[in-house]
Amino acid sequence: MAKSSTTFRYDYAQSPPVDQVGIAERAARFTTRSIKTSTKREGLNMVLNMIDLTTLEGADTPRKVQQLCYKAGHLHDAIPGLPHTAAVCVYPPFVKVARKALGNRSPIKIASVATGFPSGHLTLEGKREETKRAVGDGADEVDMVISRGRFLSGDYDYVFDEIAAIKEACGKARLKVILETGELATLDNVRRASDIAIHAGADFIKTSTGKISSAATIPVTLVMLLAIRDYHFKSGNMVGMKPAGGISKSKLALHYLVMVKETLGPEWLSNEWFRFGASSLANDVLMQIAKIESGGAYQSPCYFSQD
Amino acid sequence: MNRLEILKTYKLYINGKFPRSESGRYYTPEGADGKALGNICQSSRKDLRESVRAARSALGTWAPRAAFNRSQILYRIGEMLEGRRAQFETELKRQGSSAASASKEVENAIDLAVYYAGWCDKYQQVFSAVNPVSTSHFNFSVYEPVGVVAAIAPEQSALAGLLGTILPIIAGGNTCITLASNSKPLSAITLAEVLATSDLPGGVVNILTGDRKELLPVFATHMDINALVASDLSTTRVAELKQASTHNLKRIVIHQSDLSKQEDPYVILKTQEIKTTWHPIETSIAGGGKY
Repeated sequence: MAKSSTTFRYDYAQSPPVDQVGIAERAARFTTRSIKTSTKREGLNMVLNMIDLTTLEGADTPRKVQQLCYKAGHLHDAIPGLPHTAAVCVYPPFVKVARKALGNRSPIKIASVATGFPSGHLTLEGKREETKRAVGDGADEVDMVISRGRFLSGDYDYVFDEIAAIKEACGKARLKVILETGELATLDNVRRASDIAIHAGADFIKTSTGKISSAATIPVTLVMLLAIRDYHFKSGNMVGMKPAGGISKSKLALHYLVMVKETLGPEWLSNEWFRFGASSLANDVLMQIAKIESGGAYQSPCYFSQD
Repeated sequence: MNRLEILKTYKLYINGKFPRSESGRYYTPEGADGKALGNICQSSRKDLRESVRAARSALGTWAPRAAFNRSQILYRIGEMLEGRRAQFETELKRQGSSAASASKEVENAIDLAVYYAGWCDKYQQVFSAVNPVSTSHFNFSVYEPVGVVAAIAPEQSALAGLLGTILPIIAGGNTCITLASNSKPLSAITLAEVLATSDLPGGVVNILTGDRKELLPVFATHMDINALVASDLSTTRVAELKQASTHNLKRIVIHQSDLSKQEDPYVILKTQEIKTTWHPIETSIAGGGKY
């Protein structure tokens, strides 16, 4: 629920400090899990079903978005029984195109970045306007960016109010809040930003825009998952998680699933509560599945659709 | 005072680096004197997968590189070999060659490098063709690299045979993954040190050591390998390879001749494919028209 700053204000001092060494050690342990055979196959299917298939380029065109929408539902028709992706993720001007391509009854959601993505430097009025238009055009989900400049200068109230305002503008659409952790400098800041976003009404918290070199990592995601867990213990409410950027290999994606299961529990292992923001991950997972299906022949990217 | 013997660790050559096998396995072939040649990495299918990945990404810079520059780099390989003659001869002798044949083999190897260096920027002009066609088109065929090539080095000729296999492949702009001789692997790994210091970009040649029986089926079924070159395989093994490689229509090249001595531009063409271009022209002179 959206909360205006006059009725409720989260006490930022309550955000616990993060044990950096402990997080690094715990994070490293997830990557030592070995997931094989049928478990791996199930895990890969799950990963596909959690992907927000993304195109966020200056060079995007309506045709490219149409093709992305087709791919979201037809990942690799040579292998029957593959799931569709959770959503497609596009810039606001392409929401209409995507809605037309997918139709009104598609199980594939449409996510639109908004609020001056990726920098977030837009007036609050402009951000609300952009969000409303995206939702009006048919977006099911809105991926907003927080004002990192304000956050880093300690203006937490502004960040909180802004998220609450965008949540209000979203209406029924679910709100994902991008923290852009690569710009937050410390894990303490990641934790604080997560807490602010969660209390301000985020349905999902998301690591990165994918537009700067330091994107989603396992330690950063773990810190955010722990924020979600603490909130869940306190309030009983669930908040979703979306690591984005830099996850392009199936093995790494499986490690993320292990981390989610062991930190939050199996309730979070569905695309309602966990997503991958990725463009190239889908093809790597498809190649892994094709390898398993072919009895172990290593695959070539040449035989998979390039989006 | 006796010095402690410093033994060399023989490792793989993948993407310009010298890793051990990810599997941690090794084997210990015996030299001519009955003593162990060393602990040699026994590559796994995952090492092979990494090599193919490296070769595929190196293809993007090696194939479009100026032919003359490829020529310079191959010649540089010859120069580096020359500087290490003594080391190669010693290793060949440990692997069972006589002094005379070791010296001859190293000479052959150096000559091969110089020979194929020369052909890098010539084979296309010599073998490409302008084709006569009866429409108003300028029609020409040029040779282009097939892509990522697997090279199974001959078992007996550990240095010259290996170079005779891979030089025509890379001279033609391909990148390759080579499986060195199982019983005589030392020369291959020392050759890797030569390649690493010859301005050859990492990943253009990747060298694995290990078991043919284990790795050949993986080579054959790998969808991202475009051709496989070998010379001393049994006919049953060749038939198996051909069958397993049908999924991506991999080209299987079995050389009948001894590549360690063969200086032959036609060997380059074995891992080339022909691109034919039809270029429309407005009026043909032959048809009596004017420009």
